[in-house]
Amino acid sequence: MPKPTEPGRILPAPINHVSEEQYRAAKAARRAFLKGAGAATALAVGAGAARAQSPASYEPPSVAPWTLGLGAPVAAKPYGTPSEYESNLQRRESPGLTRTPLSSVAFAPLQSMFGIITPSGLHFERHHSGMPIIDPAQHRLMIHGLVKQPKVFTMDDLLRFPSVSRIHFIECGANSGMEWANIAVPTVQYTAGMLSCSEWTGVLLSTLLDECGIDRKKAKFILAEGSDGSALTRTIPIEMALDDVMVAYGQNGEMVRPEQGYPLRLLVPGVQGVSSVKWLRRIEVGDKPWNTREEAIHYIDLMPDGMHRQYTWIQEVKSVITSPSGGMKLLDRGYYQITGLAWSGRGKVKRVDVSTDGGRNWRQARLQEPVLTKALTRFRFDWNWDGSPAFLQSRAVDDTGHIQPTMAALRAVRGTRSIYHNNAIQTWNVQPSGEVWGVQLG
Amino acid sequence: MDKKTLLALALAGTSAAVLAQGAAPATYGFGKAATPAQIAGWDIDVRPDGHGVKPGRGSVEQGQAIYDAKCASCHGTFGESNNYIVIAGGVEKGDLKTGRAASLKSGEIRTLGNKLNYATTLWDYINRAMPWTNPQTLKPDEVYAVTAYVLHLNDIVPADFVLDDKNLLTLPMPNRYGFTTEHGMGSVKGKPDAQGSACMNNCAPGEAKVASILPEFARNAHGNLAMQVRGYGPTRGIDTTRYEAGKGGTAAPVSTAAAKPAGNVEAILKTNGCIACHGVTAKVVGPAYRDVAAKYRGKADGQAYLVKKMREGGSGVWGAVPMPPQANLKDADAQAIAQWILAGAQ
Repeated sequence: MPKPTEPGRILPAPINHVSEEQYRAAKAARRAFLKGAGAATALAVGAGAARAQSPASYEPPSVAPWTLGLGAPVAAKPYGTPSEYESNLQRRESPGLTRTPLSSVAFAPLQSMFGIITPSGLHFERHHSGMPIIDPAQHRLMIHGLVKQPKVFTMDDLLRFPSVSRIHFIECGANSGMEWANIAVPTVQYTAGMLSCSEWTGVLLSTLLDECGIDRKKAKFILAEGSDGSALTRTIPIEMALDDVMVAYGQNGEMVRPEQGYPLRLLVPGVQGVSSVKWLRRIEVGDKPWNTREEAIHYIDLMPDGMHRQYTWIQEVKSVITSPSGGMKLLDRGYYQITGLAWSGRGKVKRVDVSTDGGRNWRQARLQEPVLTKALTRFRFDWNWDGSPAFLQSRAVDDTGHIQPTMAALRAVRGTRSIYHNNAIQTWNVQPSGEVWGVQLG
Repeated sequence: MDKKTLLALALAGTSAAVLAQGAAPATYGFGKAATPAQIAGWDIDVRPDGHGVKPGRGSVEQGQAIYDAKCASCHGTFGESNNYIVIAGGVEKGDLKTGRAASLKSGEIRTLGNKLNYATTLWDYINRAMPWTNPQTLKPDEVYAVTAYVLHLNDIVPADFVLDDKNLLTLPMPNRYGFTTEHGMGSVKGKPDAQGSACMNNCAPGEAKVASILPEFARNAHGNLAMQVRGYGPTRGIDTTRYEAGKGGTAAPVSTAAAKPAGNVEAILKTNGCIACHGVTAKVVGPAYRDVAAKYRGKADGQAYLVKKMREGGSGVWGAVPMPPQANLKDADAQAIAQWILAGAQ
């Protein structure tokens, strides 16, 4: 099996790599087929292309060796992993973005993913002092402050409370932050890959706060604190804390992954990812915001007048086309399904429009059910590429009526230095060669 | 037992059954009461209004000694290093009076010094998360001292200043009025400041014009994109290796293929946070392992010397930035690292 890629270290994958020659052969095969050339010719070229990639062709009438023998037994891998042929899908660092992988981010490969659920092993990662390994038997959650009875909970306690499961996205506030001023990165993995969506299971925070007898009159904010080396802290307003905030231990049917806060994380739906504090150890109920380092030095949005916006919690309506997208090459003219993701921290996605001419004309895309609140929504759009340059864009509208803005509209208000909360329309330029590159339009 | 009592008992039994089947109790009784000692051990946050402030004091001078020993290796002697967050710079004369860092208008310089609004936040963060490799090991007086020194590096307090639990709360920061919560992102009901258009047809004049696209020299900077897209289906990833120098690119490509150490040593370097400051081939904060290898390879006492350096730290060999002592590093691990370095750090 190919060695998995280290985050940020690009290792040559031994398979799935298509050289220029192989690419041309594959393209020629497809073209011959589409143009109605003799089936024999197409097959011959097709077989040639396939041979270029693997040692033998198992096109019919040949019978493949895996048909002529036995495969691996059940539980050969008691915990399954993706096929070795899928090793191109990896979380990756953006080289040069951070100085150390201990305080960095690994982006999710949105370009090759389906549906709305992010496989747990591909969920984007952001650590501030590395990922701790925590024994669940030793983990504790303390709740104190403006409560009648401060308490310490074990994992035994927390799993005994009534639970809920909900599908929500997590998006880092800095997602797309590298492209406020100009194009800086090559693929949707890096432009929008600080975005993932899981089914989370846990206890509503309101249940735990009531268990401790929260003072609902005086309580205005809570502080959530991680137990990692950064002891990361964020202030959360009490309306959110008592609404849909969850203390989560489950992710996509299993325990939350270590990268996602094992054994316990906070989940603040619709709010920038940093608030969903991982490796959660403490919640303090208070009457004022805390102005923590993550609220006064980072995760603040610099405006053109030199003011910083503080406590910019909500992730606003946004969408991005994931295929075709930057770094891809279309094999030929003809039908393509344009597909992508839309989401809003304020509620549900109401509609998504797609343009193939850089926003001159738009048509409505189809939304895949289920369309859930504060969750990713998959959209699809039929497109025939005629070989001329195209500028693919998507534009989401949420159920509050907020329409995703263009980069120009966003810059007009916020300038180019605010780093966080870039929810602008993303443009992919399909070039006559079939190559797709991210662009910003003048 | 009379009929009345029987009836009451029956009713009580019924209501208990209903509760058990359908309704949640007011409380569950799970979890243990947190003791004052437990809370004191974890309740470390300090708020600008003084909530949680810990008694203590420390001078700029004391802070400098701690900073030089434990902080300068990452942040630079004068807090100028941009390896991590830049600590000092961007504070101008007059900022303390206006309470707005003038340099933030251009936004060219952004540091802890010109962004910070309250000194308590600095104290809280140093106390909870610094030094990065050994957080929560400084005593309150030491945190006061380092905080004072960082404030001094930003010309916020004079060299003879002593910071304590009183003046921490009143010390005006240069950017104390530089923050606003007047925006739409504080609540789900907030009003967005940038609204898109619902236009469907002829929404912009002429053809789309490209204002920005990734320059050719940067197209392979994230590695070969052909290996980052599924290798079959309607598209392929672009083979970006041909954008490398000499293959049609317009400038030298940025090399991203970092060498990595062999299995066991790699795990040791990771677990002990060594890679926070040292790269295998590239200088980060401290020297690259290959450079260390080149210097000490073949020296008779190389192994013992390197183990001692890791243990005790040091400075001056590779520049003024000191390496903090690594007291928690196991001896076997230190030996393995030294052996690996002396074998060429391959």
